Amino acid sequence: MAQFQSLADAVRDNLKHGDTVAFEGFTHLIPHAAAHEAIRQGITDLTLIRMTPDIVYDQMIGMGLAKKVVFSYAGNPGVGLLRRMRDAIENQYPRAIETVEHSHAAMANAYEAGAAGLPVAVFRGYKGAGLKAVNPDIKSVICPFTGEELAAIPAHRADVTFIHAQKANAKGDVLIEGIIGVQKEAALAAKRVVVTVEEVVPDFKDLHPNLCILPHWTVSAIAVVPGGAHPSYTHGYYARDNATYLDWDKISADRELFTAWMQEHVLDATPEVFAERVKGL
Amino acid sequence: MTDFTPTEMMTIAAARQLTSRDVCFVGIGAPSAACNVARLTHAPDITLIYESGTIGTAPDVLPLSIGDGELCETAVSTVAVPEMFRYWLQGGRISIGFLGAAQLDKFGNINTTVIGDYHHPKVRLPGGGGAPEIATSCGEIYITLKQATRSMVEKIDFYTSFGHGDGGDHRARLGITTKGPTLLITDLAIWRPDPVSKEFTVVSLHQGVTRDMVQETCGWTVRFADDLEQTPPPTELELTTLRDLQARTAAAHGGSKKGN
Repeated sequence: MAQFQSLADAVRDNLKHGDTVAFEGFTHLIPHAAAHEAIRQGITDLTLIRMTPDIVYDQMIGMGLAKKVVFSYAGNPGVGLLRRMRDAIENQYPRAIETVEHSHAAMANAYEAGAAGLPVAVFRGYKGAGLKAVNPDIKSVICPFTGEELAAIPAHRADVTFIHAQKANAKGDVLIEGIIGVQKEAALAAKRVVVTVEEVVPDFKDLHPNLCILPHWTVSAIAVVPGGAHPSYTHGYYARDNATYLDWDKISADRELFTAWMQEHVLDATPEVFAERVKGL
Repeated sequence: MTDFTPTEMMTIAAARQLTSRDVCFVGIGAPSAACNVARLTHAPDITLIYESGTIGTAPDVLPLSIGDGELCETAVSTVAVPEMFRYWLQGGRISIGFLGAAQLDKFGNINTTVIGDYHHPKVRLPGGGGAPEIATSCGEIYITLKQATRSMVEKIDFYTSFGHGDGGDHRARLGITTKGPTLLITDLAIWRPDPVSKEFTVVSLHQGVTRDMVQETCGWTVRFADDLEQTPPPTELELTTLRDLQARTAAAHGGSKKGN
């Protein structure tokens, strides 16, 4: 049952050291404020699942929170590489991380299988692909009806999934609009779900009947954090802050600059700063 | 026609290959520019799909990322990412996959994962994203990239997505039923695979390009078709459409660069 909480309480109650966690959002609605709270609370030894690690995991990896990352595209979308993640992979800085690399199709299927309560995702994929040789989680099954060989990978079953959404109603039902990504699947595949929202409205009356909604009884905690996706965006509220994505390339290239930036903008900050960051976007 | 750059020729030559009947899975960068020039000129009814789940999108500016809000706002429909990959891509609804590459070999195999050894990479690149399944589930694959000996190599370091493998019937032997790479458009030439060996062969040189220029910027020994053609230069309309699109994009993104 959804509890309305402060972000600090929602993270403290739901994310534990050593957890497997997904912070999802496909370019859109990336839960940055929630990740910053996890960094402030210093929750470590996490297994991080995300299709595109993006800036959000570059920051968590750079701060030493991750022991393992499960992903399918380790780029800074529209800009280039993820430099903190690369430093961890290439130089074990600030610590060694284990990586499990998939394709987007595999990750999406794994979330869907998790939401469906299955142990395995089966799909037509990885044919001729090099990842099969370097990721032992990629196996195959033979279709019992046609004999076709299909790819099989474990379902994603996170301890907790964090997402950002446009709004919740007073009961705690959550509405997601625009590029909806894999959030519904990632939420339903997890044991606990924490949602940050732009705002709370009294009810969802008079909305279209087929909207993407997570009923309140599928959600553990809701925290109201206006701007909580920045520098990602919230459709209908503010645009993607492309300049910040470009700046990140410089900040993340230098260990000291990164550490100073994280101190000022994350460790010494509070969730309230996000509302200020999206003004004018 | 007035002056044009090799990159403009590449984008326009790629755009010409697309029609209003195509359903095209679009990669960011050069493929995205080509697909939108086609849509704004001779192929107004082309269906453009980006892996963020946007189907039939018609952006006024080129997206910086595959998940820009503009793609969703102009789309016929936006679906969840698992649906995108299961029903639409795996389901066989997409006729053309349009990809770029960091490294490419003569059989259309693509590497965007690592330079060097996978476990101890010299350079860790972003990885495949949607490409491994785009390469095998779309009806056919078009590839576009700028020629350079470091990107067009005899042997790629990692098979991010499978083209024709070692050539010949390698796809069929792996149980892949789609055509794979059928077209390569570079800043210097148009290439098509040999019908039997599947090795990319130059079929058309862009204006002002010589065979030597193609060979000097390619890491394998280049084969040229017997009846080598010349790519018609960009028309006024094509060039104006591309430049206007890029000017709108630069204004919208504050002059930021493109990429995946």
